[in-house]
Amino acid sequence: MTQTRRAVVLAIGGLLVTHSAPALPQAAQVIKINASKYHFTPDRIVLEKGKPVTLELTSSDRTHGFMVKPLGIDTDIEPGKTTAVTLRPDKAGSYTTICDHYCGLGHTFMKMTIVVEDGGSTALRASAK
Amino acid sequence: MKKPVDRRSFLRVAGASLGIGALYQFAPMLVRGAAADEVSGDLQRLNGEAPASFTFAQFSDPHVGFQGAPDPLGTRAFESAVALLNRSPHQPDFVLFTGDLTHDVDDRDAHAARMRLFRKIAGGLKTRAIHTVPGENDAALDGGVLYREHFGESHYSFDHKGVHFVALDNVSQGSPEVGAAQRAWLQSDLARFPASTPIIVFTHRPLFDLKPEWEWFTRDGRAVMSMLAPYENVTVLYGHIHRHDARQIGKVRHYAARSLIFGFNDPATNETKHQLPFDPGDPFKDLGICVAASRRESETAALSMSEIVLTKAEISGFSGMQQMIKGGQAADGSSSDDAD
Repeated sequence: MTQTRRAVVLAIGGLLVTHSAPALPQAAQVIKINASKYHFTPDRIVLEKGKPVTLELTSSDRTHGFMVKPLGIDTDIEPGKTTAVTLRPDKAGSYTTICDHYCGLGHTFMKMTIVVEDGGSTALRASAK
Repeated sequence: MKKPVDRRSFLRVAGASLGIGALYQFAPMLVRGAAADEVSGDLQRLNGEAPASFTFAQFSDPHVGFQGAPDPLGTRAFESAVALLNRSPHQPDFVLFTGDLTHDVDDRDAHAARMRLFRKIAGGLKTRAIHTVPGENDAALDGGVLYREHFGESHYSFDHKGVHFVALDNVSQGSPEVGAAQRAWLQSDLARFPASTPIIVFTHRPLFDLKPEWEWFTRDGRAVMSMLAPYENVTVLYGHIHRHDARQIGKVRHYAARSLIFGFNDPATNETKHQLPFDPGDPFKDLGICVAASRRESETAALSMSEIVLTKAEISGFSGMQQMIKGGQAADGSSSDDAD
C-alpha cells in the first residue's frame, strides 16, 4: 500500500463520518449537526479524546446557538450557511451542549450531548433518537 | 480615635434585614463625622453630586402572560409586590425592572397586549418612575423592536443623587451578549466619571459565568466587567435566574433578584435546571422583589442592600386558592410554556 493518505468513510445512523488512518497525519474528521426548533440532529455524538474533529453546524429554520464551554465552543448557527468548528477534545467526559441563541418558547429544552471517550475507538459515532 | 473613612468602605454594600416580604434593599447610606463629611465632599467635587440617601426597588422576571404549571397564579405575585411596595411608608424614588417583563408569545399582537398589561400593573406603583431592561422573552426574537416601541431604548444611563446607573441590554441580539456597539457606548458613557463614582449596572443576565450550561452567563460579560474594573464602587443587579444570589467578584458586587412568577432550583446542587414546583400552601414561595433603601446610620456603609421575601401575608384579601386561581386568568390569553 502506498503512503498516500487512506480514508475510510463510514455511514453510521445516516451520518457520514470520515476517519483517516492513524499512521498518517490526522485530518480533522467531520460530523454534521443540524439545528432546528428545538433540537439538534443528531442529539448525541461520541468523540475520541485527542483526535481532531470538525463539527459542521447548520440550521434549517432560524439562528440557533451552539455552546459547550468546557470544550471552548460558543457560536451562533445561522441558516443558509455552514459554521465549522474544529476541536481536539483533551478530556474525557460527557458534555451538555445547549442552544444559547434564544429561539422561542422551547428554547430552554434545546440541547445535545457530546461524549468524549478515551482512546481505542477508531470511528466517531453519532446517533439520533 | 476614630478610624479614617476611605471611599470604598464609605460606599460598601451592607446587608440589612427587613424581616418580611420579598424585596431586595439597596441604598447609599451616609456616615457621620468629619472624616465622612470629607469623603462626601470629595465625592461631590469629583462627581458633581454627593451621595444622598434614597431608596429604589428592583423587580424582576414577572413574565406577564405566563399561566399554568408551575405557577397558576399568573400576575398575582407581580400585583402583590406592587401592593406591598405601595404599603411602604417610605416610597422608593424609582423601580428598576431587570427583564422578562413579559412571557414570550409568537403572535406579535398578543405580545404587545402582554406589554400593555405589564405597563398597566406597573402603573399601579405609587412610585411613578420606572426603568426597565429587556429579557430574552421581551426582545430576543425581534431584536427588541416591540420592546422599544413600548419601553424605549434598551440601554441607557442616568444619574441619581450621586450614583450613576447603567442599563445594559444583553438579550436583544438573541445571543447572550452585550455586543460590540453597546460596549463602545458603555466605554464612552463611563469615560466622563472619576473612579470614585458609585456605579450601579442593571441588566437581565448575569455578567459572569454563574452556570453557563443553564445559560446563566453573558458571552462578553468579561469584556464588560473589564470596562468597569477601574471603578471603585460597582454593583450589578440582574434577574434571569429566578432566585436570590449575592456574591462579590473582585471589587464588584453582583445581586440577583427573585422572580415574580416561579423559582429555579439551586445550580450548586443540581445537574439540571428545573422550575420549582408550585406550593398551594405557600403560593408565593421562592418569589420576591428587591427594594433598595438608603438611610443615615452609624459609622459605616454608604450603600446597603437587603432582601425581603413575599409570604402568604401578601395574598391576604383573597379568600382561598380557588378564588386566586380563578382570578389569575390573564386578560390577553396566556401560556404555560417553560420560561427562561
